[in-house]
Amino acid sequence: MTDIPAAGRQLPNRLDNPFKSAVLSWETLLVLVAIAIFIANSFASPYFLNEWSLSDMTFNFTEKALIALAMALLIISGEIDLSVASIIALASTLMGLALQYGADTPVLVAVGVATGIACGAFNGFLVTGLKLPSIVVTIGTMSLFRGISFIILGDQSFGGYPASFSWFGQGYVTWVISFELVLFLVCAVIYWVVLHRTNFGRRIFAIGNNDVAAKFSGVRVERIKFVLFCLTGLMSGIAAILLTARLGSTRPSIAQGWELEAITMVVLGGVSILGGAGSIIGVVLAALIMGLVTFGLGLLNVPGVIMSIFIGALLIVVIALPILFKMWKQRA
Amino acid sequence: MKALTKNREVLLGLGIILVLVLVTLRFPRFAEPRNLLTIFNDTSILMMLALGQMVVILTRSIDLSMASNLALTGMIVAMLNAAAPWITIPLLIALAVCVGAALGAFNGILVWKLNIPPIVVTLGTLTIFRGLVFVISGGAWVNAAQMSTEFIQFQRAAFLGLPVLSWTAIVVAVLFYLLMTRTSLGRALYAIGVNPTAAVYTGINVGFTKFMAFVIAGAVAGLAGYLWISRYVIASVEVASGYELTIIAACVIGGVSIAGGIGSVVGVLLGAIFLGVINNALPVINISPFWQMAISGAAILLAVVLNARGERSKGRIILKKAEAT
Repeated sequence: MTDIPAAGRQLPNRLDNPFKSAVLSWETLLVLVAIAIFIANSFASPYFLNEWSLSDMTFNFTEKALIALAMALLIISGEIDLSVASIIALASTLMGLALQYGADTPVLVAVGVATGIACGAFNGFLVTGLKLPSIVVTIGTMSLFRGISFIILGDQSFGGYPASFSWFGQGYVTWVISFELVLFLVCAVIYWVVLHRTNFGRRIFAIGNNDVAAKFSGVRVERIKFVLFCLTGLMSGIAAILLTARLGSTRPSIAQGWELEAITMVVLGGVSILGGAGSIIGVVLAALIMGLVTFGLGLLNVPGVIMSIFIGALLIVVIALPILFKMWKQRA
Repeated sequence: MKALTKNREVLLGLGIILVLVLVTLRFPRFAEPRNLLTIFNDTSILMMLALGQMVVILTRSIDLSMASNLALTGMIVAMLNAAAPWITIPLLIALAVCVGAALGAFNGILVWKLNIPPIVVTLGTLTIFRGLVFVISGGAWVNAAQMSTEFIQFQRAAFLGLPVLSWTAIVVAVLFYLLMTRTSLGRALYAIGVNPTAAVYTGINVGFTKFMAFVIAGAVAGLAGYLWISRYVIASVEVASGYELTIIAACVIGGVSIAGGIGSVVGVLLGAIFLGVINNALPVINISPFWQMAISGAAILLAVVLNARGERSKGRIILKKAEAT
């Protein structure tokens, strides 16, 4: 009775008029919001409509959005990972540590990726192996992973990354299109295919809707959830590489608060926090919207804390809109 | 005897005593009553916040905005005190509780009337409340020099050997105990967590009860807002940043089930004290403060693992007596 998922975010009913369901979909709403913010931005600041400006904007969301892609799958399956930002901190710290021992770029990348996967596997083991609630497990590992970074680094920082490594966070593939953006778009396509066009993706939805039923229909629920935790860890590791390369240094307080931003992207993208519903296109659009909002406000010299008001309000308002609309329709 | 070893509160109590004994073996002065009272006083704010959070978690909800609520309410009373020092402290405290409750009610309304999942609502208000702190303060700090002496000294005043802060925690804990065990609202909170559908059929207004849970959590956060600011004598945007997860951690260590319906006042108090003892013990036994985060993370995980063991065999707390017979 109270646990009904928010209205308007279920998968569109195929029996409906396909045109009507496409127009009324969550993604359409997000596109409209994105266009509105884009127009508002271009009026608000003369510096916005400029290819380098727009390219800079993508740095505001690509790293977090990479995590959001994997987080979307995890939340659709009914779990959550609050430790992603701490995984970034730990992966970044270990890369910095490897650098102190003279590691070169390939080794640094390997360390970042491996740390991410290992942390994700640890989360996955605790959740699926010991059958613990993921929200609690990852609150614990959130402190644990970042705590280990603090133990290793203390109040110091590692710097002096080689130029070939910095390219991951600062390089451009061609013209104004950064490596980060290309990587994000490639990953988005991969995640879209995996979630919406494979049996694996179908099983994720099945688990999120009813994991007991999924189990009885032969879905290996635990194994899939474990894989999803590893994926989220992997994406955090990749994000750690990009962020470390972009900043050129490692501090234990790196990426603080990113877990909530990644989750905001996922939820704003129309993924039901209760599991079982959502799409990758929605998440990509939500990431773009958050990038537009923060960049636009940044051009207007609005401080970061105030931006968070807009992001928080956007989250609540966008989620509430279809519900209010439905209530109003029922009353009429 | 078997029931005793399986009892979460007893286990936690033993855990706390174990830590105390281990530290005292190396540093005998650690277990002096005065030091223990200091630890209790240090943990008072966390205890109150965790109790507020427990009420929300019991109803299968979660309140991620408590620390931001605390920061916002704290900034409001601090600025008010700086601007109008003649406002008496009891009035300010009442105001803090009301502001906090109003912020909680905002969460509650969205959960109740619009049916938005609580984690989404409070994720939004977490950033909104924190941003509002910046809006009202303009990013400036309110420091000790701007606060009136009464504002700072009120909670430090000793009464029967304990500071007012400790007494506040005790009073709040007693109120929560009465709420959970002697009122129909307390019963409804458990009932919703155990089985929302059954709760509806027994005539409980599920939405309204959840709303009340958020109001209570908000009121506690508001009270904690004043206490926090006057204790650390600085009000800024960063106050209690990231503390929301520590509050939840105290609940989890104290045996509150994140799936709702299970949890007790005594357990939560012990959970908070456990974190407080660990945090106070680390510097004493000469472990660098950088270890603190990793150790509390490990403690949370350990508690969750132990908790899961207990939960599987045990019934929901509301049925414990029925199951025993």
